[in-house]
Amino acid sequence: MADPVDLGLWAVPLAILGGAIRVSTPFLFVSLGECLTERSGRINLGLEGTLVLGAVSGYALSYHSGSALVGVLCAALVGAVFGMLHGWLCSFKKVNDIAVGISMMILGMGLAFYFGKAYIQPTAPRLMAIQFGWWSDVPQIRAALQVNILFIVGALLAVAMAWMFKNTRIGLTVRVVGDSTDAARALAINPMRVRLWATAAGGALAGIGGAYLSLYYPGSWNEGISSGQGLMAVALVIFARWNPINCFWAAILFGGAGALGPALQSVGISQGYYLFYAAPYVLTLGILIATSSTERSVTGSPRELSITK
Amino acid sequence: MLLPRIEAVLTPILALLAGALVFSVFLLGQGKSPTEFFSLIWRAGFSSAFSWQNTLSRVSPLLFASLCVAIPARLGLMVIGGEGAIVLGGLSAAVLGAFGVALPAPIGFALMGLGAMIIGGLWIGAIGFLRVRRGVNETIASLLMAYIATALFNHFVESVFRDPASLNKPSTTPLPDGLRVGEMPFLDAHWGVAFGVLACIGAWAFIERTTIGFAARVTGDNIRAAQVQGFAVSRLVIGFCMLAGALAGLGGMFEVAAVHGAANASLISGVGYTGILVAFLARHNPLAIIPVAILLAGIEASSGLVQRRMDLPDATILVLQGCVFIAVLLSETLQGRLPDFIQKLNWRAQNG
Repeated sequence: MADPVDLGLWAVPLAILGGAIRVSTPFLFVSLGECLTERSGRINLGLEGTLVLGAVSGYALSYHSGSALVGVLCAALVGAVFGMLHGWLCSFKKVNDIAVGISMMILGMGLAFYFGKAYIQPTAPRLMAIQFGWWSDVPQIRAALQVNILFIVGALLAVAMAWMFKNTRIGLTVRVVGDSTDAARALAINPMRVRLWATAAGGALAGIGGAYLSLYYPGSWNEGISSGQGLMAVALVIFARWNPINCFWAAILFGGAGALGPALQSVGISQGYYLFYAAPYVLTLGILIATSSTERSVTGSPRELSITK
Repeated sequence: MLLPRIEAVLTPILALLAGALVFSVFLLGQGKSPTEFFSLIWRAGFSSAFSWQNTLSRVSPLLFASLCVAIPARLGLMVIGGEGAIVLGGLSAAVLGAFGVALPAPIGFALMGLGAMIIGGLWIGAIGFLRVRRGVNETIASLLMAYIATALFNHFVESVFRDPASLNKPSTTPLPDGLRVGEMPFLDAHWGVAFGVLACIGAWAFIERTTIGFAARVTGDNIRAAQVQGFAVSRLVIGFCMLAGALAGLGGMFEVAAVHGAANASLISGVGYTGILVAFLARHNPLAIIPVAILLAGIEASSGLVQRRMDLPDATILVLQGCVFIAVLLSETLQGRLPDFIQKLNWRAQNG
């Protein structure tokens, strides 16, 4: 490894770019999952809990099996089961999906911290990264262009999901259920079943996002591993207008905001670093304020969604 | 008339038991004894004067935090970021108290309480404002604001308001002895508990016995009906959010003035999130919050003993809370079915 080259202030945008790619992956997976769930007309606020649970189960299985891939698959499975629980609870009359989300957040964190105590110490095999910076001699550029395989999978998934919504029977079914429960019933579609599966699939994606946290970046398991990423991803879907491709760009933007604090710290600006760490929350809130409206229902919003009704 | 009331009490109790049952199955799966678990909670939380002291010491912030959820909930709003108002209210009380060393105690206390209530009220009030003016979802906004509040709190405690003498644990300047909230006579609990109980009773009277409260209840049941009646729904939303935040801020002030003595990281305890569960278990009835908060405080107080005796991690309590929370939400689906059920029983009894 060559010695770091002094890049001066150029190090900041470079670190933000690298950080955006690294930090955005969990946002990407959670927001794609939430996008699918919300398109079916339901909101799952519990993805914060699913993310943490995915992080610990992925880490644990990676440690026991010696393969990070097994960890990721296990996290997806746990996420799907948790999503299914949410979907099942919401299928009862008068049960509020937002409130269920809050309770799932608490239960998910409780279970994750309960089972996670044993995995704070051991080191599990981590996910592999692909070096896209081989052409450069500057180590900072190499570090910034280390791209994890899950980021690429997520980007492809965004394209695939957009295609699915537009061109496939499954996509159409999900959209019909999300736009009108009555229309879906008229078409002999069972809306509750579609929402159950959409929530389960969304949970699986959020679980993968969690596994990324513990298996790649930051790359270890601790109780503070997620601080609201799952929740921000929910707001991000509104900003992305329920469009998977937009989710991708929004995730990059949020990743960049999340990388701001560490990037500034790397060049020695540590004044007020708590405030820089709050940047993603402020950005989310700002975007939420800018994109919400009382007059009309938000463009592109599924009409059965309680959040925009 | 009586039946709905019985049902309103019975349903949450059944939900509580159902949640505890699911949690017991979880414990059995872990090879631990549920009977031991619940008897430890009884012993550490409620069985003796000492354990009551332990429990009551945790009740005060829970009462205020739950009111912060329950009051907006009566309007149909799910504000869950009370933690933000608690930490910022505590911080402003600590700063004002440290500046007001020379003031006579009553003025100093009034200054701290007012400062905490104003900051807390503005913080949660802003969420109501965003809801009314921009249609921003209050659940997400309040949680984001709670994260922002924590960041602001950490920033201020470690920079502008840091006491240079606090080395390992950054804190604000300690409050003077004259501005510390003391214990109540005959009870091993500080005055924050009494104020919390008073706040619950006051909030109940306000919602159930005043015209503003009536307007709020109508709005919570049916917002269109309230608009047709000409109620100022926007002002109600903002006002209720401000009241909720002011109470949470006051809770933060009592935490600082009675327990910690200064604002530091100990103030970020997550009590705002436990308050959500308390409010839901109490079905957003301020009077019911009092016993439910005592119950939850007792469970939290027993956490240490459970950890030591049963070799369980502290997150066990969180799992229990999650189970109970889900059971409570699920019980909503049973609401209103009891009269039908009794009618059916009657019909069966009469027809053999």
